[in-house]
This record gives sequence, C-alpha cells and structure tokens, in this order.
Amino acid sequence: MKYSYYPGCTLRNKAKDLDLYARKCAVALGFELEELTDWQCCGGVYPLGSDEIASKLPSVRALNDAKQKGQDLVAVCSACYHVLKRVNDDMANVADIQTRANNYMALEEPYKGETAVLHFLEVLRDRVGFEELKKKVVNPLTGRKIGAYYGCLLLRPSDVMAFDDPENPTILEDFIRALGATPVVYPYRNECCGGYISLKEPNLAASMCDKITSSAAGFEADCLVTACPLCKYNLNKSGKLPIVYFTELLAEALGVKEGDK
Amino acid sequence: MSKQSELIKEISGVNPLKCMKCGKCSASCPSFNEMDIKPHQFVSYVQNEDIEALTQSKSLWKCLSCFACVERCPRGVKPGKLIDAARQVLIRQRGQEGLTANEIPALLDDETPQQLLMSAFRKYRR
Repeated sequence: MKYSYYPGCTLRNKAKDLDLYARKCAVALGFELEELTDWQCCGGVYPLGSDEIASKLPSVRALNDAKQKGQDLVAVCSACYHVLKRVNDDMANVADIQTRANNYMALEEPYKGETAVLHFLEVLRDRVGFEELKKKVVNPLTGRKIGAYYGCLLLRPSDVMAFDDPENPTILEDFIRALGATPVVYPYRNECCGGYISLKEPNLAASMCDKITSSAAGFEADCLVTACPLCKYNLNKSGKLPIVYFTELLAEALGVKEGDK
Repeated sequence: MSKQSELIKEISGVNPLKCMKCGKCSASCPSFNEMDIKPHQFVSYVQNEDIEALTQSKSLWKCLSCFACVERCPRGVKPGKLIDAARQVLIRQRGQEGLTANEIPALLDDETPQQLLMSAFRKYRR
C-alpha cells in the first residue's frame, strides 16, 4: 500500500526523529510513504476565522496533490494532521470556502475534499491493525511503563477530527500494548501543554506541563509518548520525565531504530 | 460598537444567543485562572455588544485554542472561536499585532521547534 506523505516543517528540522522513524517503520510494516513534492507548511494552527482563505491554501494544495495521485494523505505530526483534516472538512462541507479556495487553485476539476487524511497512528490501527503490529514486534518493550500524552490536536474538535473518543481515548494505549509495554493511564493525558503560548509566556506553559508530567510521574510512568513536536518541546521543559515520539518507540520495538540515523 | 460585535459573529460563525450559561467552557478552560473575563462571560459580552471591554481584556491573549470549550459546549456556541474572532478583529489592524519580528530572536532557544514559531505567527499576527 502506498500513501502520500506530508512531513511538515518541524519534521525537517527539530523533529527529525519523528520523521526518520516513521519512514523506517513504514518500510518494516510493509507500506510506503511517498512524500509529496513541493508541499508547503500547514501553518501550525488551523485558522479559526470562518472568512480565512489564503492561510488554508497550503493544505488545499497538499490535499489536491494526494487526490491527483489517487492516494490517502498521511501525516505524523499532530498539528499537520489537525490542520489538513480540518481544512479538508471545510473543502468538503463549506460551500463558500470551497468556492473561494478553488478560485486560487486553477484546477481542471475543483477540489471538494475527496482526499482521506490519516494520522500515522490511524494507519497502524485501521490499516495495519494492532494485532498485526504485535506480530511484527521483534523487540517487545516488556516491563516499560509508558504514559500516552494525547494533548489537544489529535482529539478535538471530535466532530471533525473523528480520531478517537475525545474524553477517553484508547489508541495510544492500544499502541503501547501492541509494543509489549504497559500503558499508564493518568488524568492529564488530554489536557493542553500550552501550545504556542510558550513562545511569549513560557511560565504559563510550564505550569500546565508541570501538572501533566507530575500526574504521569505520580502514576509511575517511566516516560511520556507524543506525536507532537510542540508538546514534546513544552513538556521537556518540566524535566520530570523523558518525552519520546511514538515513532521512536515503534522503531525500537520493530528493531529498526539502530543503523543509519 | 455593534458593528464590531457583528464582525465577531461573522468571523467566528457563532451565535452567542444559543448560550445557556452552564459554565462548562469556563470549567474546562486550562487558562481560567489567567483570564479576567472568563470564557462563559466572554459570550455574554458579545451578546451585550460590549466589545471595547473584550478587546482590552487580557483573556484575549490567554486562550490556547485547545478546543476543550469547543468540544464540551452542549449548545454548539464554541467560545474559543468567539475569543479567536475578537483577537482577529484586533490583529487584522496594522499596529495591533501581538508579536513583532523584532521580539523574536530573544524568545528562541536551541530547541525551539519551527511549529512554535509558525503557530505563534498565526495566533498573534495577520
């Protein structure tokens, strides 16, 4: 199976591990991530103003490129996934945005939200299957106690994201279990890390992250797993627990972590 | 003033009259303690067209867009979208941006992800 792949700006820079291990794991699991050529940054946050058009165009272009290739579009970064999926929903369901965005696109056939947007975790759950994944684990993470950190962007708003139960998600715990480790469920796993606020008000983000990491540490997690570079950056500042990308754990369990890093 | 409240309603696509004052948004808000006007009160200010107070409120800059209030609002009022729209009304005007290019170098460290800069640009500027 071949998917169009949208890495996003941070995966080219500060989050290279998130990208590298996603690619290696895809190979190990028997599917292909074909990077879109000429993708542009998604902008990091979905533009909430209902009259915003220009800020949605990078996503529309990526979505249409995947459509042209007849492929589903996969993102690994929580923020890219969030933005792509919400813009896609606008293009499918909001006539005004669909018309005005297509006015910029000069396409033979207008884009109307046809592309399916998938997070890499959804590929694991819905296409590969966690049972199959379990069979491919060569280095089970037995004895490791891992807390899932969902944050905001994967889950909310659930009517559009439709990723998992927004209040009681299970996908990351199921993922952790498939790798042979023990998931640690703690109450702050879908609370906000502060997001963009850490640029101008690092103390505010730090107080939020401190609650999250203290809660997870209190439930005896050894580390937290995330899909978001900004969550990782913010949570790292609290220094209580190691914060790792889910792709890094996956690569370790699949035995593809060492080598040509 | 009423023109600005119309603009906020238009940009947000939200009808604040649907609010039944249950307070779930404020109860869910991770920035609640930081806000002078709380999310449920924010909705009332738009209803009452008291936009001057909103645009001067520090709450405007404390919303994280975590969508907890949007997710949990039983009436589909989506206070987070209203707050963002009030912010847009300000930052779309020249000189009202919440972040200038000159400020940025001092805010960076070796680990700052590109995503943080992109997101901050979107949230503080046009």
